[in-house]
Amino acid sequence: MTTVDDQSVGMDYLESFPRKFLRVYLPLGLIIFFLLFPFYWMAVTTFKPDAEMYDYEKYNPFLIAHPTLEHIHKLFLETDYPQWMWNTVIVSVSSTFISLFASVCAAYAIERLRYKGSRYVGLAIFLGYLVPPSILFIPLAAIVFQLGLFDGNLALILTYPTFLIPFCTWLLMGYFRTIPYELEECALIDGATRLQILVKITLPLSLPGVISAGIFAFTLSWNEFIYALTFISSSENKTIPVGAITELVNGDVYHWGALMAAALTGSVPVVILYSFFVEYYVSAMTGAVKE
Amino acid sequence: MAVIAEPVAAQVKRSSLWRRAFESRNFLGAMFMVPAIAILILFLAYPLALGFWLGMTDTKIGGVGRFIGFQNFVSLSKDSVFWLSVFNTIFYTVFASIVKFAIGLYLALLLNERLPFKSMMRAIVLLPFVVPTVLSAIAFWWIYDSQFSIISWVLIKAGLLNHYIDFLGDPWNARWSVVLANIWRGVPFVAITLLAGLQTISPSLYEAANLDGATNMQRFRHITLPMLSPIIAVVMTFSVLMTFTDFQLIYTITRGGPINATHLMATLSFQRAITGGNLGEGAAISNAMIPFLVAAILLSFFGLQRSRWQQGGRD
Repeated sequence: MTTVDDQSVGMDYLESFPRKFLRVYLPLGLIIFFLLFPFYWMAVTTFKPDAEMYDYEKYNPFLIAHPTLEHIHKLFLETDYPQWMWNTVIVSVSSTFISLFASVCAAYAIERLRYKGSRYVGLAIFLGYLVPPSILFIPLAAIVFQLGLFDGNLALILTYPTFLIPFCTWLLMGYFRTIPYELEECALIDGATRLQILVKITLPLSLPGVISAGIFAFTLSWNEFIYALTFISSSENKTIPVGAITELVNGDVYHWGALMAAALTGSVPVVILYSFFVEYYVSAMTGAVKE
Repeated sequence: MAVIAEPVAAQVKRSSLWRRAFESRNFLGAMFMVPAIAILILFLAYPLALGFWLGMTDTKIGGVGRFIGFQNFVSLSKDSVFWLSVFNTIFYTVFASIVKFAIGLYLALLLNERLPFKSMMRAIVLLPFVVPTVLSAIAFWWIYDSQFSIISWVLIKAGLLNHYIDFLGDPWNARWSVVLANIWRGVPFVAITLLAGLQTISPSLYEAANLDGATNMQRFRHITLPMLSPIIAVVMTFSVLMTFTDFQLIYTITRGGPINATHLMATLSFQRAITGGNLGEGAAISNAMIPFLVAAILLSFFGLQRSRWQQGGRD
């Protein structure tokens, strides 16, 4: 390392462009290319006619000579895909709301009411986040079956909060901690009840936290796979990830165009949501780890 | 008068009891916890306990099992496929986690530089983490196709290869292929969280080091790494935990094949329990993951303690 490089933190602007290009932009570009390529490939395959997809001699695989909507058409009209999408929306929205409600209450109690033993309960809820779904799915399948919830949206709506509540609670605890106690004390003196304080003071002030918890919960439940694969059996009740992987593969014939179209259109809703709230999302992710 | 006064007094007493209960933090706290605790006990704690129990029974799907003690574990210990899945899981976790950490840290350092479009870059980098894993795994499945793999095509066009690579047909190719897909999936999480950590380090530390004539490497080694180590411990615990218990990627790309070469403990337990119908045996395989997970958590916990102790005992 030369002396010029040594100054890079505070006096970054002294670094010449070619140097910075080699040291920063080039590796950054390569990593970003690696991270984005599968999405590009997904999109290209979705809009490419079968004839081009399986003929690398005549057509350049990176480009599309005759873009087509046939795969998307097939996906939406010849499979249960719209139904899967609807199921995924219902399940994600419901489990997000249940989790948010439970988490707001729990986080408020742990952080603001500070009842006896709240620290330990908080820790226990956090530990729940470390229990992976791939350990729970077998006993949960037995429970879901016993409760008569098998093969229905309700099975997913009730089980998804098990991994959403620990995360949301933990996140909201951090947000509630940033709100000054004095505000609550003033309200208490003015005769407000705890519930009024929560609804009228704490919640509005921690809205960014609630939003980021909500987005996080929504994307996590949109992504969930193993419970949906285990608890759902009929095609019309499946979610997008499960439907794509189990119903679009006929024996040894893979409909790559339709599969890629499913992957692409199944990703779009979370990506749109994410791009609107990316700052919340990032701060939620990093804030939760910083604490 | 006294006749009327009595019930009123009782009423006042009763209502004040209610009011006092609602003013008591302990009572209110307990009430507020009910929704979360109810869901977590019914669908998290209880299944966890039930999982332990199922692992010691011979339960089949649709039937009632009986208690057979550690027999599942005894038969698993003689099962070469189970040991292969343990090996695969460790292989997968070790290699994917190391590379995820290396690339993630590198990417975080790069993103921490003065850059144009910084927040847009950050948003793009996180995409693989946001998109449903199964859906991106389908894309990898297609990328690894034996006849139409784009990787093979590029390598052949570049003159580096003269035949298509059988990515998912050969045991070692398949193992490396799924490791690569996992790295792709995991790098954004590591990078963004480490970036957040980097941004909490005070620039004055670097300025002081600069004045003392520290080199780039020395600054990284003596400022960045120690300041970052608590976050590294947390991120890597999560990363190892998620990798070790991964299911989606393997299930989508290889389903454990070829000849069980990529079966992880999670996919094997699914295969035995749900596809094969032996819930008890599947649960036993899941339970076998727990010691590894506890070890990973304890390791990072004590790692954190140690770094705190090194920093003078503050937390």
